[in-house]
Amino acid sequence: MSIAATTAREVTERLATGRSKDRGVGSMVFLGLLWFSLFFGVVVLLALIVSTVIKGAPRFDGELLTNYTSVVRPETAGFRAGILGSLWLMLFTALLAVPLGIAAALYLQEFADSDRPWNRFVEVNLQNLAAVPSIVYGLLAVAVMALLGFDRTGIVLGGALALALLILPVIIITTREAVRAVPREMRDGSLALGATVWQTTWKQTLPSAIPGIATGTILGLSRAIGEAAPLVVVGLASSVTFDPAGMLSQITALPMQIYSLTSQSREELRQAASAAIIVLLVMVLGLNALAIFIRNKFQRSW
Amino acid sequence: MKETSDMATPPATATTGATPVTNAHLGSLADVSSGAERHLPVVPESPVMEARDLNVFYGGFHAVHDVNLPYGRNEITAMIGPSGCGKSTVLRCLNRMNDLVTSARVEGQVLYHDQDIYAKGVDPIAVRTHIGMVFQKPNPFPKSIYDNIAYGPRVTGMKVDTMDDLVEEALRGAALWDEVKDKLKQSAYGLSGGQQQRLCIARTIATKPDVILMDEPCSALDPIATARVEDLMMTLRDDYTIIVVTHNMQQAARVSDRTAFFTARPDETTGNRTGLLVEFDLTTKIFSNPSDKRTEDYISGRFG
Repeated sequence: MSIAATTAREVTERLATGRSKDRGVGSMVFLGLLWFSLFFGVVVLLALIVSTVIKGAPRFDGELLTNYTSVVRPETAGFRAGILGSLWLMLFTALLAVPLGIAAALYLQEFADSDRPWNRFVEVNLQNLAAVPSIVYGLLAVAVMALLGFDRTGIVLGGALALALLILPVIIITTREAVRAVPREMRDGSLALGATVWQTTWKQTLPSAIPGIATGTILGLSRAIGEAAPLVVVGLASSVTFDPAGMLSQITALPMQIYSLTSQSREELRQAASAAIIVLLVMVLGLNALAIFIRNKFQRSW
Repeated sequence: MKETSDMATPPATATTGATPVTNAHLGSLADVSSGAERHLPVVPESPVMEARDLNVFYGGFHAVHDVNLPYGRNEITAMIGPSGCGKSTVLRCLNRMNDLVTSARVEGQVLYHDQDIYAKGVDPIAVRTHIGMVFQKPNPFPKSIYDNIAYGPRVTGMKVDTMDDLVEEALRGAALWDEVKDKLKQSAYGLSGGQQQRLCIARTIATKPDVILMDEPCSALDPIATARVEDLMMTLRDDYTIIVVTHNMQQAARVSDRTAFFTARPDETTGNRTGLLVEFDLTTKIFSNPSDKRTEDYISGRFG
């Protein structure tokens, strides 16, 4: 038998021990803990959703979407005002926050000299702003509305202002990420042809960053659609019986209605609230799905 | 650098610059087909551009020290040297691309037709329309081939009779027309790397510059695409002044009329490496009989 063969057999004996160190007690306990954590998170979430669906199931009908909320006839209460209100809020929130957010991000990323202390200060505080509790933005919106001279704040404009302030930092941060991801060479190529920085930003950088900006904006909006706290502060009604008709129209929003109905004692109203939660969840998931779709469809690799 | 011996000897057979790409040529990449047979004065007689006492700083870091370098009309000037020797920095000074680096500071003069482009009141945007640039990595815009070419004339507000003619002229000028004439509306990203780089050259000549700067234009290309770009450079020499930075010494030997060799010298106190010009001469001279020891060490592969 050659030396090589002997050595090979020794190595085989040493390697083929019939057990794996990956299956040791410590490893298994650790793996178990990881599994439990995952299980816990998913199960709690599932239980919540399932119980809400079961509770709200009797109310999944057309009236849920087309009727107004009524305490007189709670069995046919609907969330027409809330759904329309939330959609209007989203529209005006986007109109307020998106241009401001993109412009601010472009300034910070493309024009500002990041070595200046002032710009550094702004950057640090943007990160902090994203973590400010949403209720604070509600208070801010009330103050701004008062400054603008509106005596009623529970209107589309007031709610949209609060939500826009809330998601502005998110939009700025995600837009900056998207703009930063556009390669330097793209800008250099444009500038070397005699384009100005402004032309380069407008014609090259921004169009290339749009998928990322859209994704960030939609995720911001899907956060805003579920917010109740700032809307409570702004003074949105928990129930109205007419459709929104303009920027100054009084409205309610789905989270506001859910909030007020879940505290009602009558079973029919609580049932309706559960159904409304599902409606809200579907809207949020729909927005997130749209964001994922845009990200995957338009994702570019350089 | 196994072919250094080939480079150091003057070419036996040299193709002329205007020769279109042929398969025969592709098989003979080692051929030195530079402007060797061109009879050029020892010093450029009417330099289009000239760097005078050029110093570049990035913050407190002294990147380039006292470069004096003339660039002759309708010549290809190659700038070679080891990494960090400041050759790309010098190149980016020639059309004020360094302005975009906020910490960069330029001292000295860069003359373009005897006008200092760093003088007060000179618009860097206007400078770049006269002095175009092609980059290391092909960087077409995510637009159609047509729009890539039309972009420069459009943003600079160039007076154009018909854009279609200008696009065709630029693409023909970059020897790309026959390959793309049927797909002008398709995305430039569908082209191969070499085609993309020639598109970038076409894009640059569409703005009708005087000088074309090339920053390692072939370093991301395969040898065949490289050969085509080099052929193109020699054709373009008839109409433009070309300044090229390259890591590839064979390329410098093949295409350039004059070669400037840079090296980096560590600062005695800080250890920061400052780039400086060692030797500037006709390419044939640099590669056959350099007068500086450091140049000789570099081109013979002993250093760098």
